[in-house]
Amino acid sequence: MDTLLSSEGDSQRTQYPYVTGTSVIGIKYKDGILMAADMGGSYGSTIRYKSVERLKQVGKHSLIGASGEISDFQEILKYLDELILHDNMWDDGNSLGPKEVHNYLTRVMYNRRNKFDPLWNSLIIGGVKNGHKYLGSVSMIGVHFEDDHVATGFGNHLARPILREEWREDLTFEEGVKLLEKCMRNLLYRDRSAVNKLQIAKITEEGLTVSQPYSLKTFWNFAAFQNPTVGAEGSWILCLMMFCCTKTCAFVDASFSFIARHGSA
Amino acid sequence: MFRNQYDTDVTTWSPAGRLFQVEYAMEAVKQGSAAIGLRSKTHVVLACVNKANSELSSHQKKIFKVDDHIGVAIAGLTADGRVLSRYMRSECINYGYTYESPLPVGRLVVQLADKAQVCTQRSWKRPYGVGLLVAGLDESGAHLYYNCPSGNYFEYQAFAIGSRSQAAKTYLERKFEKFTESSRDDLVKDALFAIRETLQGEKLTSAVCTIAVVGVGEAFNILDQKTVQALINEFEISGEEAPADESAPEQSGGAAPDQSGAAAEEEAAPMDI
Repeated sequence: MDTLLSSEGDSQRTQYPYVTGTSVIGIKYKDGILMAADMGGSYGSTIRYKSVERLKQVGKHSLIGASGEISDFQEILKYLDELILHDNMWDDGNSLGPKEVHNYLTRVMYNRRNKFDPLWNSLIIGGVKNGHKYLGSVSMIGVHFEDDHVATGFGNHLARPILREEWREDLTFEEGVKLLEKCMRNLLYRDRSAVNKLQIAKITEEGLTVSQPYSLKTFWNFAAFQNPTVGAEGSWILCLMMFCCTKTCAFVDASFSFIARHGSA
Repeated sequence: MFRNQYDTDVTTWSPAGRLFQVEYAMEAVKQGSAAIGLRSKTHVVLACVNKANSELSSHQKKIFKVDDHIGVAIAGLTADGRVLSRYMRSECINYGYTYESPLPVGRLVVQLADKAQVCTQRSWKRPYGVGLLVAGLDESGAHLYYNCPSGNYFEYQAFAIGSRSQAAKTYLERKFEKFTESSRDDLVKDALFAIRETLQGEKLTSAVCTIAVVGVGEAFNILDQKTVQALINEFEISGEEAPADESAPEQSGGAAPDQSGAAAEEEAAPMDI
């Protein structure tokens, strides 16, 4: 229904996301673009789905990675499918590159935002066309820009500082993957909606490859986690008992004072 | 002529399988003053003969910039040409807004051709009476297309339309093989020579012609009168050489690799104006 003023009776709008993907990271490297995303689909605080592909190919030259509401991402993929189909139907040697796809999506996202019915995603589009590498980002409100390295969601806070320090022009493929893995490991430690099952996608002039899902090695051998009971055997139990006692005493005290004030009943 | 029986409206076929209204529209193109286009690998040049009706009036505008990478030269009903140029500009702007990228010429030309075709299949419309030489640049290089009132379009290495265009076409046919590798300036020179051919002895000055260029690193622009006159002087064109043989019958597609589409015109060269 088209109403001038948006009302809550409008059942079509995405008010809040349900099944979400977390960060996506993208970087330019020597031969093209590398993107990484884990395969988790969270349902609030539950990690409900663990094989969600959040990196997808678009036409001959582009790669899209999405975080946010998974169903909206699927909707976007349908729009892109139609776009690429019509592009192919021209059959004239011209094709839409990553820059065109990025701008098209920007228009879509901004348009939906203006209708108060956003597609609840942050998207990263990357690709190579005629030797030009392109990497851009669009948010659910239509904020868009291009850069040498981009990230969505928590990646903005945890991955981009690493990328700012360590990204260089002309990274090799191995260096790029290592850098992405470093960022993803950081996210795995610190982002509660991250899962340890990720894919890395590479797009070059030749084409696109998405890796098989794999896991990162994590390190938990920190000194504080070694021998936690050293110094006081059973100290964990003691602490627990102390904790329980103080809580119980407090409770008992509270109840006595209550009875004292109001008399037993 | 005996075509009068089936030529009342555009949706009536003749027994010979022709649409006379469409052919009459193409006749209108032939009556307009000449427009020429030629291209190399990296540049396309458009040139027009621009004669004012009288000394008191201004010249008809025959070359339109459609976008930084596309321009068009028209011959025929200039009002129709103006309207189509506006459509082309609109399409380019809309594409640029959505995709931040220049509209590929080939696609614009197809859209234009489809628009013209509509007018050949509606009884309440008439075909556009204008031929368009569309010059543009895209990823696949420099392109020159000719759009017909019939809704056909062809790609050319070089072409000329309008009155006395056969003279120009003959000149272009002699020279077209070297156009691909030509420099921008040589291309402009050849365009001026071709224009001179259509003038049939009249003096070639910048007052009677307009030149426009688009190329790699050069946005579509119409050269100003001073520059054109300087080029003419530089090339020492005096308009005294005999014009090329023009008794050859009128055929579409001077140097084209493509087939000519609509009804072939095997008629005499157009009348002098």
